[in-house]
Amino acid sequence: MALKRKNGRKLDELRPMSAEVGIIPNADGSAMFVFGKTVAIAAVYGPRMLHPQHMQNPETGILRVNYDLLSFSVEDRKKPGPSRRSQEISKVTELALLPAVDINEFKNTVIDVQIYILQANAGTRTAGINAASMALANAGIPMKSLITSVAVGKIDKELVLDVDDEEEHFEEGEGSTDFPIAKIYGTDEYSLMQMDGKLPPEMIPKALDMADEAFEKIYEVQKNALKSYVSGEDVK
Amino acid sequence: MKEFEDKNQEEFEDVGSEPSSRTIVVPGEIVSSGEDFLAGEGARREGNDIVASRYGLADKIGRVVKIIPFSGAFIPRRNNVIIGRVSDIVHSGWIVDIDYASNGFLPLMESPRFVNKNEMDQFLAIGDVVAAKVWNVSAKGIDLAMKGKGLGKLEGGFIFRVNPSRVPRIIGREGSMINLIKENTGCNVTIGQNGWIWVKGNDTDSELKARKAIEFIADKVLVSGLTDKMENWFKENK
Repeated sequence: MALKRKNGRKLDELRPMSAEVGIIPNADGSAMFVFGKTVAIAAVYGPRMLHPQHMQNPETGILRVNYDLLSFSVEDRKKPGPSRRSQEISKVTELALLPAVDINEFKNTVIDVQIYILQANAGTRTAGINAASMALANAGIPMKSLITSVAVGKIDKELVLDVDDEEEHFEEGEGSTDFPIAKIYGTDEYSLMQMDGKLPPEMIPKALDMADEAFEKIYEVQKNALKSYVSGEDVK
Repeated sequence: MKEFEDKNQEEFEDVGSEPSSRTIVVPGEIVSSGEDFLAGEGARREGNDIVASRYGLADKIGRVVKIIPFSGAFIPRRNNVIIGRVSDIVHSGWIVDIDYASNGFLPLMESPRFVNKNEMDQFLAIGDVVAAKVWNVSAKGIDLAMKGKGLGKLEGGFIFRVNPSRVPRIIGREGSMINLIKENTGCNVTIGQNGWIWVKGNDTDSELKARKAIEFIADKVLVSGLTDKMENWFKENK
């Protein structure tokens, strides 16, 4: 019964992760998050002045997220500049991050989050959210908690964790499904849920359980990166 | 994390007299449980726990837990000394760019001598740099004041920027660090809480030395015994 993954991973095994913060000196906060061959970097600027002025909100600060694939991140060169896909992912990432940040104090201002994918191998939006959450913390923005994100997939009839590019293009049997999820760590709030493919409703609770286990591991990676950023400097 | 406990506290300006314990926390991490502590700046209470809202060093002073952030943009507070650049002249004062999301406003009344309203650029022209104090922070804007020692238009010397969260350590406990730099280089140094630093000395060499010394401290996120390290640095770089 057990499906063998081509990459040799167990069904509920994540790709090797790594993370680092403070990678962009000119940003107020920055981070990198790696899921196997997917590499995302995020930079946070602000709170800073918001232009055009009509976008300013006197009641609260706003979050503005820009996600993009760099032209060399995929096999065939990606034409630079915004696309339908990158605008959609920018928007869902913004909505995924917003419930965790507390920016009511920063009235009339904007916090800019730039997410760039250096290398894409599926799961770029989840890696981007993980990186952005660390970058926001690094920028000293008040937050409820860190945001963790992972994609659960279905290959033929089996649920698998953290699908990579090859698995995403699996076409035999029932084909493949991609189900990216983000959660505010330590709460019951899911702030991102998208789905590409088919998933029977009765499999969703199991998919969420799988994701919850993965969130623990992702959070550890994020937390360690933030903590070692400081203690690493102590050695100098 | 042990190395951060029981260390001397000179790198932050506002420290209590009582001994305190410190740990690095990330947002959402529980700092302490139970009713023993109160949540201070950067922390909040959630039921029985005190939870960090920001990434930084959790500092327990007395019964209050507060989070000292490591990084982030400058947020002006009342009585902060800042350095800014005049970006516009309006009918009742000067608009000053202070490296924050909104500009500061320096009223005409703050000028130490009489200024003709038609010739305001005689006193401060666009592009001039001033040291001022934050007088008031409100939804309408940030009001600045310029009456006080060391405040006013800055002439000569040069300006550079450091991360605003490192400013308390560059100043040191009761100004110990900055006085050390001033004594060793003979330079006049004004530090703005917004991370702008103005250095003026007798010659360029001493100015550059002061800048190097300040950047040496600003490079280190969290190091204990910084004043000693600085003294050694001056011995090595005579």
